[in-house]
Amino acid sequence: MTGADTSRAAADTLTGGPRSGRVRRPGVPLPLMLPALVGLAFLLLPLVALLARAPWRTLPDQLTSTAVWQALQLSLVSATAATAVSLVLGVPLAWLLARTEFPGRGLVRALVTLPLVLPPVVGGVALLLALGRNGIVGQWLDAWFGITLPFTTAGVVVAEAFVAMPFLVISVEGTLRAADPRYEEAATTLGASRFTAFRRVTLPLIAPGVAAGSVLAWARALGEFGATITFAGNFPGRTQTMPLAVYLALQNDPAAAIALSLVLLAVSITVLAGLRDRWMTAS
Amino acid sequence: MTHIHQTAPGSTPTGVGCEGLDARLVVQRGSFRLDVALTVAPGEVVALLGPNGAGKTTALRALAGLVPVSGGGVRLDGAALDRIPPESRPVGVVFQDYLLFPHLSALDNVAFGPRCHGASKARAREIAAGWLDRMGLADHAGTKPRRLSGGQAQRVALARALATRPRLLLLDEPLAALDARTRLEVRAELRRHLAEFEAVAVLVTHDPLDAMVLADRLVVVESGLVVQEGTPSEIARRPRTDYIAQLVGLNLYRGTAGGHTVRLEAGPVITTTEELSGPVFVAFPPGAVTLFRDRPSGASARNLWRCEVAGLETHGDQIRADLTGELTLAADLTAVAAAELGLQPGATVWATVKATQTHAYPA
Repeated sequence: MTGADTSRAAADTLTGGPRSGRVRRPGVPLPLMLPALVGLAFLLLPLVALLARAPWRTLPDQLTSTAVWQALQLSLVSATAATAVSLVLGVPLAWLLARTEFPGRGLVRALVTLPLVLPPVVGGVALLLALGRNGIVGQWLDAWFGITLPFTTAGVVVAEAFVAMPFLVISVEGTLRAADPRYEEAATTLGASRFTAFRRVTLPLIAPGVAAGSVLAWARALGEFGATITFAGNFPGRTQTMPLAVYLALQNDPAAAIALSLVLLAVSITVLAGLRDRWMTAS
Repeated sequence: MTHIHQTAPGSTPTGVGCEGLDARLVVQRGSFRLDVALTVAPGEVVALLGPNGAGKTTALRALAGLVPVSGGGVRLDGAALDRIPPESRPVGVVFQDYLLFPHLSALDNVAFGPRCHGASKARAREIAAGWLDRMGLADHAGTKPRRLSGGQAQRVALARALATRPRLLLLDEPLAALDARTRLEVRAELRRHLAEFEAVAVLVTHDPLDAMVLADRLVVVESGLVVQEGTPSEIARRPRTDYIAQLVGLNLYRGTAGGHTVRLEAGPVITTTEELSGPVFVAFPPGAVTLFRDRPSGASARNLWRCEVAGLETHGDQIRADLTGELTLAADLTAVAAAELGLQPGATVWATVKATQTHAYPA
């Protein structure tokens, strides 16, 4: 319906004028319309402000500084690595939750989703207690293999994966539940072991769900702040990801913070656009 | 049941036991219990026929190893099949809606089995191409399942099931997903492929026509139990349950014979041409029934019943009247006859059947 149509429809409604044979579409009630518009403005206003106050003149200088590139590179690499970890561990976990029966499965699913609702800072503290130098597992990693995770780039990946993996597990599990398990049975009758059936039939069938889950996990990892700063600290070039850099810059150089934020916004919009084209057009 | 076990040409009997399928399947699921014995010789096609929920598909899935059996045993060509995991059984399955892998081409769907059985990718595709060629689908090798017509998809599913050279072929409602016109065509084609198949074939259907055209022998299953088995013509001529009688379109009664009369449990008597004694079934087709508005005078009193019209429905180009009263029966008559009789629910009519139109056989 075009704008002209809308206004004519509104006029018709006001005057109670006759309508041509079309079924009248009821108007949007004010109690719904008003909050909806406020909500929309609430979501968009901060983004508009970010663009309005962006230091466009000095932006090229800001963005070419090594600190920015270091942080961006670290963010992209660690978010991608965290997504890879989530895929390798999360897809089998989702399969286990969706396709097998074992006692306490409901509890396990609840525990898997816990990091979704857990404040990331708490997650960071928990990671320190588990994988820190004196953590219940970390002390053995240190003693036996000389591996220390906290305050390293690997630590960033661990923190991000901890927070992002549940997104992937939930997404893939949902897709698996919606997928017809009889395809696996068909594969079995053709001589495929359960793993072959998973690899050659199930995985290709749920690929769109896995991809969507990966993008969600990647975006969540990219924006991770609380768990990262708690577990991995804030060392430029090593553990200082973009969100950390933004926060730090805001203290002494707001213009730099805005520039960094614009970069993250651009990355997010690119991801969203890619997601829309590939997996969201169907819905 | 006596059954002749043929030895398939070119195969050597393996130790004890016999060629073919010899199964007793017991599956307990909640309050439902399936208990079916099944013996099928190589080259024979057996149809499990029964209403929905009778347990036919469960029986098929048990043979494929997709449902655990709670008892009985399955021997195929003398080897205990039930000890073998499903992926290692020499069994091919054509599923009801085919379950072709949507991400693979027709060729790769058929090549899936050979590939899982250890063939190289190239060899598996070669085998698959051969099967598609036999099914007349060589031109559709690269087609994804969603672009195949119902009949084509059915043939790809059959090719996929046969490509592993199974000793037992299972078909679950192989024609149910097709529209009426395609069905006719595919049924004839499937019959040809099944006739060529040298090992055991078991198919499940609720359609008596499919069963009679495709199978050499029918096993009728109701509520988890075998109620009758025999060749299609035996079953069509001598149904032993109301379900089968309905399927083949006969009025069926059970009673006690004494000479040329059969006394039904409910009281009425049917005169027959056969001379029998003891418990028997009597059957006659609805078309053999003649209806009169008034008691026909002069007609012999044999096989004459006073009935009430319980319902009317069109049945092909005929009207089928469901009658209750002295005898419950279905009668077919032309629309003209129905109008002349003034048939309507609740009307009283006299129904008669000639003794020569009835068929009595021992129960």
